[in-house]
Amino acid sequence: MIPFLVRRLVWFVITLWCVVTVSFFLMRNVEGGPFDSEKALAPEIKANIERRYHLDWPQWKQYLQYVGPFNLDERSGIFSKDTIEVDDLDAAPIEVPDPDGEPVVGPDGEPVVGPDGEPVRPTKLVRPKKTVPNPDRYTDVFTGVLAGDLGPSFKYKDYSVNDIIAQSLPISISLGSVGLFWALLLGLGAGILSAVWRGTGLDLSMRVVATMGIALPNFVIAGFLILSLAFSIDWLPVAGWGAPRFILLPSLALGAPFAAYIARLARTGVLEVLSQDHVRTARAKGLPEKLVLLRHVVKGGVLPVVSYLGPAVAGILTGSLVIEKLFGIPGTGTHFVNSALARDYTLAMGVTILYTVLVYSLNTLVDLAYTLLDPRIKLEES
Amino acid sequence: MQGRSSADRAERRSSGTSPLARPARGPRRGAVSFTRGVLPVLLLLVPAAFAAWSVAKSQLEPAQFVFNNGTEVATLDPAVVTGVPEGRVLRAVFEGLTIKDPETLEPLPAMAESWEISEDGLVYTFHIRRGAKWTNGDDFTAHDFTYSWERFLNPLTGAEYAYQLWYVKGAKAYTTTVDASGAPALSFDTVAITALDDHTLRVELEAPTPFFLQLMAFYPMFPVNRRNIEEAKEMFPGETWRQEWLKPERIVTNGPYKVAFRRVNDRIRLVRNEDYWDADSVAFDTIDVLAVEAYQTGLNLYLNGDTHWVDKVPNMLVPRLMQREDFQPSPYFGSYFYRVNTTRPPFDDARVRRALALTIDRRKITEKITKSGQLPWYSFMPFGMPGYHYEEMVHEADPDGDYAATFRADQQEAIRLLAEAGYGPGLKPLPPIELHYNTSETHRDIAEVIADSWQRNLGITAKLLNQEWKVYLETQSNLEYDVSRSAWIGDYIDPNTFMDLFVTGGENNKTGWGNAEYDRLIEEAKYESDPQRRLELFSRAERILMDELPILPVYSYVTQNLLSPRVGGFPGNLLDEQFPKWWYLRSDAEMEAYRASRPEGYYDRLQAVDFPSPPDGVYPPNAPGGIFREGDPRRRLSPLSN
Repeated sequence: MIPFLVRRLVWFVITLWCVVTVSFFLMRNVEGGPFDSEKALAPEIKANIERRYHLDWPQWKQYLQYVGPFNLDERSGIFSKDTIEVDDLDAAPIEVPDPDGEPVVGPDGEPVVGPDGEPVRPTKLVRPKKTVPNPDRYTDVFTGVLAGDLGPSFKYKDYSVNDIIAQSLPISISLGSVGLFWALLLGLGAGILSAVWRGTGLDLSMRVVATMGIALPNFVIAGFLILSLAFSIDWLPVAGWGAPRFILLPSLALGAPFAAYIARLARTGVLEVLSQDHVRTARAKGLPEKLVLLRHVVKGGVLPVVSYLGPAVAGILTGSLVIEKLFGIPGTGTHFVNSALARDYTLAMGVTILYTVLVYSLNTLVDLAYTLLDPRIKLEES
Repeated sequence: MQGRSSADRAERRSSGTSPLARPARGPRRGAVSFTRGVLPVLLLLVPAAFAAWSVAKSQLEPAQFVFNNGTEVATLDPAVVTGVPEGRVLRAVFEGLTIKDPETLEPLPAMAESWEISEDGLVYTFHIRRGAKWTNGDDFTAHDFTYSWERFLNPLTGAEYAYQLWYVKGAKAYTTTVDASGAPALSFDTVAITALDDHTLRVELEAPTPFFLQLMAFYPMFPVNRRNIEEAKEMFPGETWRQEWLKPERIVTNGPYKVAFRRVNDRIRLVRNEDYWDADSVAFDTIDVLAVEAYQTGLNLYLNGDTHWVDKVPNMLVPRLMQREDFQPSPYFGSYFYRVNTTRPPFDDARVRRALALTIDRRKITEKITKSGQLPWYSFMPFGMPGYHYEEMVHEADPDGDYAATFRADQQEAIRLLAEAGYGPGLKPLPPIELHYNTSETHRDIAEVIADSWQRNLGITAKLLNQEWKVYLETQSNLEYDVSRSAWIGDYIDPNTFMDLFVTGGENNKTGWGNAEYDRLIEEAKYESDPQRRLELFSRAERILMDELPILPVYSYVTQNLLSPRVGGFPGNLLDEQFPKWWYLRSDAEMEAYRASRPEGYYDRLQAVDFPSPPDGVYPPNAPGGIFREGDPRRRLSPLSN
């Protein structure tokens, strides 16, 4: 088991590196930038905004900064200067000639000429500068993904990407796990009942419902649930987040297509086991049908469902973005699309990394669970 | 890819052989009971327990007033925002020198108790309110404005709206003169903003700017607290202070409400600011600002009584909502139009542009697609500018009269103009036109109507090209389009907010068009102190714009508010600007008086809507029983008070 995990870890690092690199350069090279808006910005202001987010750096340097772990910024990172120039607020402003100014014109309409023979130019007031020790020196040496810092969000300027994920991920996980709970409860229940009573009207109707569940996308199911339940049952909210009752409809809509798929898998699995020798033996030795089903059939029959859990978890995670939008749930899924549309580079990258980590580790967990549930399977050994 | 590998394994397993698996020696007894009995149960219970804990943790008491803001705000820093949703929250938590009347938008005293304007309209002296406080207990002084505006104009702050304060002498030079590091090269002493003492602020303008007091109520000009920012800089060196000073637990504000709680993409919880100078005029203890993006979800929340106000509704449902008293669109100071790339032939010929403008079926667009009472429009300035003479493009079509016949006359004229320019049957064929718009159902439908009309009336092939928002912006700025959908919403009630768009080389021009006389008129209007003459100058500029037509006007906007009739202090206005300070909930008595004051037959035409609400309403402490004091703009608006 240990070598298996180590191998998985190595592949994990490689996968993550590929994802970070490819999505970083894709994101940066797509048309349109995070600070484009309908109202054009003064170029001096735009330059400063881009400088703050290091968008004026060459892309390879931005990439190194993003990956980390060292902050390359000259004010607070590893290459910080020990002094900086600041406005001297105590000194009076000084008057200096303005080289860009139009020459001063006298009352006669002729340019005024100074004692040195040069045309007189207007002056401008400049704040004198002074050099002071850099207060931010080495205050922020480690940044970037390797330091666990996903950077500031470009769009939601009041939050870092870490803040946003910390706020929204527990919500998505809650929604996803309750969704998965529904998927398993309804799917296994329907699948096993269908198999046991196969060929009856119950089996047929459940199979029809399951086929519909697979065919209908979750947002259609969501709309149907809102129309039929939320508007008629007073305590069921139509959208939002903040109390247990808010989770009921969205998780049901999210889990329903997976429940349908699980029902079909479970039915097939149970049917296969039912026809096997050990079941016949169990029946032959007079075991009550209930025990045969519980002890021998169901356990073997649901194994294909376990291996489906990996893709199902990934599907529930990514499927939640539609559900979150429809039910106004502040989860991570919404950011998946919105951040890319807003060219919020850091948030889009952060969410991509998060999903990579989640899908990868959940799949590893499912593979582990699989060996634990089926004694005949062992993890591959090289 | 990992998901596939497990699925593959399942398939192989069910077929009986698996290269990955090998038979095990048989389970040990103890392990079986744990791994096969307890573990699956644990796997199900742990996430469920986590879900329950996480949901329980996030429970909040319901707020007294809830509205859907349509999206998460970009930031609460007033200096750097530009959006409508941000404006609503900022007007709740901050306050500028003036605040506007909710109906007439006339500037009223706020952080400035009073002001004087010099005779030439250039020098404003504001008397800052004595006794006003920040939420951290600091006294509010004139220096708060000099600090905030220096920060606002400083190019390092990255204020997108900095140009709104460039009417102040020296302000533009201060923002746009930078050294190599991007820092301002000029001293802020060159900007004519001075605190004469703690309670007197003097501002000198470049030119008389009749809308300057309106601007003082505009959110980018709201003050921020110096100690708030500097303490955060000390506590969080590096870059993180930029987010930290705005956190609900740290942000210092001066408005009627303050921020209590925020959750991204969910809500901002506002609570009454007891230290606000006019706290007795504020009605609610708590307000929830929701960030629901889907129009349908917003509508569902409203219909279920969970929000009092939604600012947009699904377009499909507009005709049905129009029959209700709570959805009554009113004119909105915005213009929907198409930009034409005048640098590309054949669009460099004004006759071609006029032919295209004449062939847009405006009434079909407003009646069949937008449907909320938008006005078919033939000038650039949108409906509603008081005292302004609109200059329309030359046209025959009369949306209120015999539209079909007059529109046909326009088609004849368009064909004639094209022939004059050398295009048409027997002459050069017009090349296909690309109609460019940003991805949206409504924009697409409008583009289809226009393309269809050009095809049928002028024989021009028009291709539709939609682009996602950011790409669309770039295409437009780089003049890589033929004809491109556009819109502009006024920031204040004055023609300047529209007309300065199309000066030669202007940053927001994006058509390649320029006209020296037009530029001269706009510049002259800037320095004209006689209001009537000033408006005339703008009219003359619009005449040029409507003859040259670098833009094709389509319609003048209307608001889309779906608002509970229970909400008071929310009369609606041309800028669709809402002021949380004035909001309250009407009592049953006021509701009855309000309905009785409606014109006769109003409720034959419209369906009255009952919205769940406390029977005694929610009124501010200084308006017991719904009787507002003298001087409160709500006194004029409330049927109980007068």
